[in-house]
Amino acid sequence: MSDKDFISFSQEQIATMDKIIARYPRSRSAIMPLLHYVQSLDGYVTPRGIEKIAEKLELATAEVTAVSTFYTQYLTKPAGDYHVGVCVNTLCAVMGGDAIYESVSEHLGIGNHEVTKDGKVSLERIECNAACDYAPVVMVNWEFYDNQTPRSVNDLVDAARAGNPPAPTRGPNKLRTWRENSAVLAGLNDGLANEGISAGEASLRGLKIAKDKK
Amino acid sequence: MTKLSPVLSANWDEKDSFTIEGYKRHGGYKAAATALGMEPDAVIQMIKDSGLRGRGGAGFPTGSKWGFIPQGDNKDHYLVVNADESEPGTCKDMPLLLANPHVLVEGIIIASYAIRANHAFIYLRGEVVHVYRRLLQAIEDAYAAGHLGKNIGGKGFDLELTLHAGAGAYICGEETALLDSLEGFRGQPRLRPPFPAIAGLYAKPTVVNNVESIASVPAIINNGLEWFQAMGTEKSKGFTLYSLSGHVENPGQFEAPLGITLREILELSGGIRKGHQLKFWTPGGSSTPIFTAEHLDVPLDYEGVSAAGSMLGTKALQIFDETTCVVRAALRWSEFYKHESCGKCTPCREGTWWLVQMLHDLEAGKGTEADLEKLLDLCDNIAGRSFCALADGAVAPIISSLKYFRDEYLEHQRNGGCPFDPVASTNFAAVNS
Ligand SMILES: Cc1cc2nc3c(=O)[nH]c(=O)nc-3n(C[C@H](O)[C@H](O)[C@H](O)COP(=O)(O)O)c2cc1C
Ligand code: SF4
Ligand code: FES
Repeated sequence: MSDKDFISFSQEQIATMDKIIARYPRSRSAIMPLLHYVQSLDGYVTPRGIEKIAEKLELATAEVTAVSTFYTQYLTKPAGDYHVGVCVNTLCAVMGGDAIYESVSEHLGIGNHEVTKDGKVSLERIECNAACDYAPVVMVNWEFYDNQTPRSVNDLVDAARAGNPPAPTRGPNKLRTWRENSAVLAGLNDGLANEGISAGEASLRGLKIAKDKK
Repeated sequence: MTKLSPVLSANWDEKDSFTIEGYKRHGGYKAAATALGMEPDAVIQMIKDSGLRGRGGAGFPTGSKWGFIPQGDNKDHYLVVNADESEPGTCKDMPLLLANPHVLVEGIIIASYAIRANHAFIYLRGEVVHVYRRLLQAIEDAYAAGHLGKNIGGKGFDLELTLHAGAGAYICGEETALLDSLEGFRGQPRLRPPFPAIAGLYAKPTVVNNVESIASVPAIINNGLEWFQAMGTEKSKGFTLYSLSGHVENPGQFEAPLGITLREILELSGGIRKGHQLKFWTPGGSSTPIFTAEHLDVPLDYEGVSAAGSMLGTKALQIFDETTCVVRAALRWSEFYKHESCGKCTPCREGTWWLVQMLHDLEAGKGTEADLEKLLDLCDNIAGRSFCALADGAVAPIISSLKYFRDEYLEHQRNGGCPFDPVASTNFAAVNS
């Protein structure tokens, strides 16, 4: 895909960018949500996105690129519709994250930061995602898939490629695409906050014990 | 025996705990109304008197931090909530925000009023979309109900609250790197002084507090000092979330008075996974030196853990049993610090790279006894010589694992590789999946 594949941003999209900028006392602070927004439109941080952000914030494109490349969530090439992150930080790795990563990588025939040929699934080795009490943890489009096994993750990616991924463990009723979720991170409310559970079993463990003891 | 004390987590088992209705059913937003009826300085004094200390890792007294904000200076003040939660093992703030985002919003109203801030920010790590949704909805609902915006509760106080997603950088949890990131720069730590209280966000007086610290404020306002101080120990007052993970029968969140021990938490929760024994654990995330079974009775408060040679940190109790190779654990954490080093200073940027190289060789059985000395030497040249505390965290697992398990490092050399079976440590070892 080259930058020519993208027509210019629509008036509506530019109005959204203006709204994002208006949240902050100083416009430069909007750079991160704008990068998330560009990813939601283009699937990664495109040159046209960098240029538009630079123009909007009155920065050099090099300054925007310098920020974009510092953060691992901003991609330099398109993610799949389903971006699968396997936690391989120590605790998850030991509990099975390493085995999951190896197995799903072989199953898909792709490595770290690669995308399947059909563009459906991309893979990433991720760091601790603040869900260690549900280890081993897999994130798809940055939604929680708790207590995974090599088999459950292989099944998950197969279902995703067939257009029918299972729902996240602690998330909305239906998994959204990577682009749709990137828009949420830009601060665009998709109205799904009330879907899903309040807390998973592990989150409630102490509370339940305290209540049983009463 | 210390008892569990669910406060922040008390309503998490209700279906709508994250909605404004669910929150108000339990007296939500009453504390904000009470606080807005007090003098701001009286609110600061109350939090000072409570003894509440920061839950983000360092344990700095929260009320004192608020008190450092200069008043009558005609400058804008800011409150920035640190929801970056990326310290390996740490998993308390995300479930809290999923299940009860309004308690943070209410804490933010009270804290902002106390320090005279009219704009507050939540810096949330970017890799948690559903947490973002819940917080965003909570903020929108709080505006609609008149808890945020202009003239809150008719008391003449204005507050804007902005939610901001990070994008995958552990260093942005360090408060000054967070501020640079929020200003739209690469997230790299700043030289201190000046401290954020004097020159923080946009060089204006700023308080940076952890999610759990701010979320603890409404309960203190509602229930009073005596109630809060009845929990905890002499210098570590109140309740807190302990996060138990790893080789245990029942991992999860356990809210208890500060000073509970790991032995007590294990007894309450069902212990180490069946047929296995505790080998090593972190009291507060990977940046806190590891403990062993000899530390089961260390009181998990700020003083107790320090006295035993580690740090309370984020209270992330990561438990590893005898199937786990400590060298593998240290190597993997080192790879994390290498990946997350922001590159600003040489000892950390280069040093973490060398640590990974050496540990790789040691794990592969290619190290010698002399290499262990070299490794410690390297650690000495990184810790205390770097620009921020990330580097101190990077050496903690190495120095502490060498202290307790030196022979296991050597065993790799004698064995010509790792003597452990990685399958045995997985939680599907027996299930054959
Ligand atoms: C490398 C590094 C990462 C940190 N990550 C976090 C974090 O994710 N969340 C947090 O609250 N504090 C984190 N801290 C601590 C903050 O710098 C700061 O002390 C804290 O947010 C203050 O809040 P408190 O006083 O309420 O604890 C980190 C510190 C360092 C050095
Ligand atoms: S110690 Fe590491 S993370 Fe901290 S400023 Fe130096 S290079 Fe950056
Ligand atoms: S180590 Fe995987 S979520 Fe924490």
